[in-house]
Amino acid sequence: MTQDEMRALVLAELQRIAPEVDGAALDGARPLREQVDLDSVDYLGFLVALHKATGVDIPESDYEAVATLDGCVAYLLAH
Amino acid sequence: MAEQAQAPMPSAAAPAPESPATPATVRMTYREAVREAIREAMHADPRVFVMGEDVGAYGGCYAVTKGLLTEFGPERLRDTPLSESAFVGAGIGAAVGGMRPIVEIMTVNFSLLALDQIMNTAATFLHMSGGQCNVPVVIRMTTGAGRQLAAQHSHSLEGWYAHIPGLRILAPATVEDARRMLAPALADPDPVLLFEHALLYNVSGDVPPADAFVPFDRAIVRRAGHDVTLVTYGGMLARTLEAAERLAADDGIEAEVIDLRSLRPLDEATILDSVRRTHRAVIVDEGWRSGSLSAEIAARIAEQAFFDLDAPLRRVCSAEVPMPYARHLEQAALPQVDGILAAVRPLVTR
Amino acid sequence: MSDIRLPSLGADMDAATIVSWCVAPGDAVQKGDLLGEIETDKGVFDLDSREAGVVAALLVAPGTKVTVGTPIVRLQEAVPVPTAAAPEAPEAPEAPEAPEAPEAPEAPEAPEAPEAPEAPEAPAAPEAPAAPSALAAPAAPPPSPSPHHPHVSPLARRIAAEHGLDLAGVTGTGVQGAITQADVARALAARDDATPAAPTGAPVPTPASAHTPATIVDGMRRAVAAAVTRSKRDIPHYYLEHDVDLHAALAWLARHNADRPITERVLPAALLVRATVQALARVPELNGVHEHGAFTPSSAVHVGIVTALRGGGLVAPVIADAQTHSLAELNAALLDLVQRTRAGALRTSELGGGTISITNLGDRGVRAVHGVIYPPQVAIVGFGAIADRPWAVDGMLAVRPVVTITLAADHRVSDGIRGAQFLADIGRRLQAPEDA
Repeated sequence: MTQDEMRALVLAELQRIAPEVDGAALDGARPLREQVDLDSVDYLGFLVALHKATGVDIPESDYEAVATLDGCVAYLLAH
Repeated sequence: MAEQAQAPMPSAAAPAPESPATPATVRMTYREAVREAIREAMHADPRVFVMGEDVGAYGGCYAVTKGLLTEFGPERLRDTPLSESAFVGAGIGAAVGGMRPIVEIMTVNFSLLALDQIMNTAATFLHMSGGQCNVPVVIRMTTGAGRQLAAQHSHSLEGWYAHIPGLRILAPATVEDARRMLAPALADPDPVLLFEHALLYNVSGDVPPADAFVPFDRAIVRRAGHDVTLVTYGGMLARTLEAAERLAADDGIEAEVIDLRSLRPLDEATILDSVRRTHRAVIVDEGWRSGSLSAEIAARIAEQAFFDLDAPLRRVCSAEVPMPYARHLEQAALPQVDGILAAVRPLVTR
Repeated sequence: MSDIRLPSLGADMDAATIVSWCVAPGDAVQKGDLLGEIETDKGVFDLDSREAGVVAALLVAPGTKVTVGTPIVRLQEAVPVPTAAAPEAPEAPEAPEAPEAPEAPEAPEAPEAPEAPEAPEAPAAPEAPAAPSALAAPAAPPPSPSPHHPHVSPLARRIAAEHGLDLAGVTGTGVQGAITQADVARALAARDDATPAAPTGAPVPTPASAHTPATIVDGMRRAVAAAVTRSKRDIPHYYLEHDVDLHAALAWLARHNADRPITERVLPAALLVRATVQALARVPELNGVHEHGAFTPSSAVHVGIVTALRGGGLVAPVIADAQTHSLAELNAALLDLVQRTRAGALRTSELGGGTISITNLGDRGVRAVHGVIYPPQVAIVGFGAIADRPWAVDGMLAVRPVVTITLAADHRVSDGIRGAQFLADIGRRLQAPEDA
């Protein structure tokens, strides 16, 4: 999977939870939860959806690494 | 209370008393219209005089007779003690004795003190004297709520009086009617009660020449329409007309608005003619619903136009509570435009 | 024979529009089966059956708005009736006389029909066997209910008589579903020009989609406004706050989650809900409903989870019998319910019936939330943000993750001391989360 494909996948899952998200307007380097209204249920749902789509299980200790869009894409590609 | 109700007097509002029949349409307030009607009557007939609480020196608690004491003197503008039973009784006696008294009662609530005189004497004398004694008295009184005068000054009891055979009950809702109804009331050989809604006194309106006046016992279609008939009178006419305009603008419903004018006798022909065209009727009455004038009108429509009805009759009345003092509660208790809209809309389906 | 009535999905709901049916006369349904969709001010919900039986008749046409308590589906006892499928079911294209009804079961022709607020009774099936309206004809002839006469306005009846029109085939659009002059005129026109495919000129609305998102938000706003206004008018609230150190709880949770796949990971919010539910067992005067001047405590804890919707508005879906749930079950229920709420996939049985509510604004950073009780409940528990704060530990200053738990409760039912004991109990339970 290329970086662009992964990015598209992550965005699609995000938009499934927060349909108002405009992918082009997101700053990839800023934490997602500063830019998108996600509560803890939404966020866990988002990570579970990524897990189901990619098979990658993100442990709680790695939440820091996936806090941004860029970090998330890189983390999923690396695992 | 009297001070609260007193309104500033326009300094030179009075036209020349010598020309009672005004040649063209003139604009004035409802208060001025009643005053002009009284002046005209007093100039026209020396038997006419006014009596009531504070009508003379004070000018009337709603300032209707202000200035008349100077013009006509204390013999014809008679301040009375605070005893409705006594001065209404005196007025009836004067009428039987050949005078043409105009008795003013401060509010319809206080008229209950004189109910014995009105009901047991004025309304019955002609009958009990075998047709020998007419009672040509005119009794004016204020009715209705909306001024935060609470549960002893604000009710609409004209429907009770409309129950009584022997009385004529008028409810002038327009400035023209306020100006023109008094003369035929005085000319009537029997007792006439005029109900003036307290919120109308400051309203301005046109008074066309006297010959344009529709006889006082006829209801008038104030707004033509073909979808529903709204029957009302007195203080509710303005908001019923407002509701009709809203229905036209918002819902495309053309409501016909009937101003009853005479509550007894009722002009059934005008009501029934309208309902037979619109097939629906809503009655807007500031009185309480139970045993009310609105009930009477609904019953007559059901009796005489049943097979022309395409929807249930509806009524918009005051809440069945003593009129509250607090402004928001008083407004909530009274029929409002939104209540009229809510009553009408479900009836008109296409 | 029994009727399923339109359920109340909360104190702020008094009516709903039937959007569609997904059962037909003759269908057997079990408790919990989907019957159709209804639309309230808060959106569209799946209507699930609260009884088992065989559908005898659908009493309300799609697109019709009915008040809570209106019978909407008639069920027979679950004895299979093989021939029950009504031959004159509404879809039958050859239904006589009323051309506008047959092929559009979700569109009674009058645009006003869905609005008719004064129709507490279901529009009745006309006396004659064929009901070309959108309603299903009674399915099983034998124990047929007493024939229900449709309302006909006096004028409509007179005109119909003058023209020899049989009113049995006419759908009423007036007050209480009454047949009006206009309905008769349409029926006469349809009879006179025998071109059945010519419907009247009136545009046919599609009530199912009549609500735009904007009107749903408006309706939602009105519904929320009605509920909170009633609450603040009728319920004398008292408010308490209690700060709780979550150091032990979060440490335990981190260990707990570390061993588990992401799909089984427990949220701090679930821990808070769990502690609240357990503490409620000891304070019955906070769990129940206050109606008709009296409080009825509930032994079961049905927790309403106040959930904000994207685009605005609130819904409080209920986790029923939360006291029987393990932490893992509670966590799963919480995730499932909140996600389905936001996806618009709630069922009617998941709304209403709550005995207490929980609101959590902590994710948005606020320190404390003083809730408005959702009538007829008598308490709402609020959670603020879990944030590092200075905290005295053994006489020394430490930095600890602290949450402010609040209680708004109905003073008619409970006193502050009970509320305080309740909050303290939640705090104690959070110090020993492994017991959860």
